[in-house]
Amino acid sequence: MSGSFSENLIYGLLRAITYAIVLLVGYILFDIVIKGLPVLNWEFVSGYPHQSGASGGILPAIAGTFYLVLGTISVALPLGVGSAIYLSEYAFQGKFTTIIRMAIITLAGVPSIVYGLFGLGLFVLFFRFGASILSGSLTLACMVLPTIIVASEEALRAVPKGYREASLALGATKWETIRTNVLPYSLSGMITGSILGVGRAAGETAPILLTVAAFFLPKLPNSIFDQVMALPYHLYILATQHPDAEKVRPMQYGTALVLLLLVLGLSLGAIFIRAHYRKKYKW
Amino acid sequence: MWKNRAVQTLLIGAASTSVLIVVLIFLFLGKEAAPFALTPGLSALFDSKWIPVSFQRERFGILPLLSGSALVTLLAMLITIPFSVLGAIYIAELAKPLEREILKPFIEILASIPSVVLGFFGLVVLAPLVKSFFGLNTGLNALTGAILLSIMAIPTVISISEDALNSVPHVYKRASLALGASQLQTIFRVTVPAALPGIIAAVMLGVGRVIGETMAVMMVTGNAAIITANPLDPVRTMTATIAAEMGEVPFGSVHYQALFCIGVVLLLVTFGLNVIGQQVLRRYGMRQ
Repeated sequence: MSGSFSENLIYGLLRAITYAIVLLVGYILFDIVIKGLPVLNWEFVSGYPHQSGASGGILPAIAGTFYLVLGTISVALPLGVGSAIYLSEYAFQGKFTTIIRMAIITLAGVPSIVYGLFGLGLFVLFFRFGASILSGSLTLACMVLPTIIVASEEALRAVPKGYREASLALGATKWETIRTNVLPYSLSGMITGSILGVGRAAGETAPILLTVAAFFLPKLPNSIFDQVMALPYHLYILATQHPDAEKVRPMQYGTALVLLLLVLGLSLGAIFIRAHYRKKYKW
Repeated sequence: MWKNRAVQTLLIGAASTSVLIVVLIFLFLGKEAAPFALTPGLSALFDSKWIPVSFQRERFGILPLLSGSALVTLLAMLITIPFSVLGAIYIAELAKPLEREILKPFIEILASIPSVVLGFFGLVVLAPLVKSFFGLNTGLNALTGAILLSIMAIPTVISISEDALNSVPHVYKRASLALGASQLQTIFRVTVPAALPGIIAAVMLGVGRVIGETMAVMMVTGNAAIITANPLDPVRTMTATIAAEMGEVPFGSVHYQALFCIGVVLLLVTFGLNVIGQQVLRRYGMRQ
């Protein structure tokens, strides 16, 4: 496919642009890993912060993010998977289905800060949950719901029609068919898609800003009605609100690295699981 | 039989929550913003100054915030569009299969970096670069924000554009090549025009992401609520205003309501972009 000189020049240009993006990703990761690594030790991830985060560890922020992720999954996963099963197995083309699909697309486009306002208005003030793990998890769950639905539906649709037809032909009811012949084969896909969605939630700051995050709270929560610190918000505070931002730079890089490892770890784990199961089930 | 019925009812319930959430979002944003429409009235929003805390007279004009969001978004798209479209063309049409398998996940990683981490990177690495390159007093301005936003938008726009390019039927390309057109001519005269609606939809969804981005923008744009078209001026976006001020206002105050009004504007803008983008994608899908 060797073309003329000008053609090769344009190909070179396109390649250069693409690799510039890759290089940029590499540089961002490199910068945060190299400068965050020296701070990363057992004391940093297991200790409590002192002097409003200028020294000590970030355990409460890690724990806070962990609880939020757990809360988000336990709300969003059943709802998302349930929606996906309905849309893929039960729904027929009609007004109701169209409205649900429009709603999912709309939810996917709502800005994260608007979710924050919504969570503040509904969960924090109207339901009087206050700024708490409960409010934050519910807000984040609304935000990741469309991602989970889309990923789960894709996994369900990947199961060949023949599996369902064979089961129905043998006299199984619709739900028996789904439970025994569809769900087992799509579960891994649904879980990986959901992890990808929740990984995004773990890194989000704007929705938890107004619904849960505490500025500085060096203790672990006792109940779901407690406020918590969270990794992304802690990084934001350290980087922009700390009176001596230059001096706490190592702490900022350390926090950024932990957050990045958590989010990328979740994503890479999900991609790995997906690759594993793709090999296992071939149809 | 009752079991099937029960399961189906439960599933319909789960599927309906998305609709419920959309309705609640509009309802609760509207509910908190509504008192502002009575006093001081919606016309107060069209003021050219945003001075929410003042000893003389508070002013709640969202024009500087709208212009801030518009400037940052426009600049970000000027960077995003060429990089994403050309990158997508390379990945979809020119890269070797193995190369593609490596490039795609790398760009997907970019999409999963949390915005606050990118904002932090912008604050400590990018802003000083912009500052020394242009010889400014501060690197916190619209341009720095736009560069950062384009980093966030590029993965979205690339992956949707690439899908659009891949869905152009192979016979188009083969017909063009058979007529004696070169590969380059085929790409730019046949494949790209055929995929154009998909690329446009990708760009619109990218714009939606950029307008709604909060943390990275708040950290690097300098947060000055002024109306300007100069990329090197600090600006303040709608999202950053909500995030920065909501924590400090008394609930139910006029300032609080004004911030919810900004939220409603944001919601309507992103909703509109989303609807148009999906419409374009659907029409394009039907033509296939």
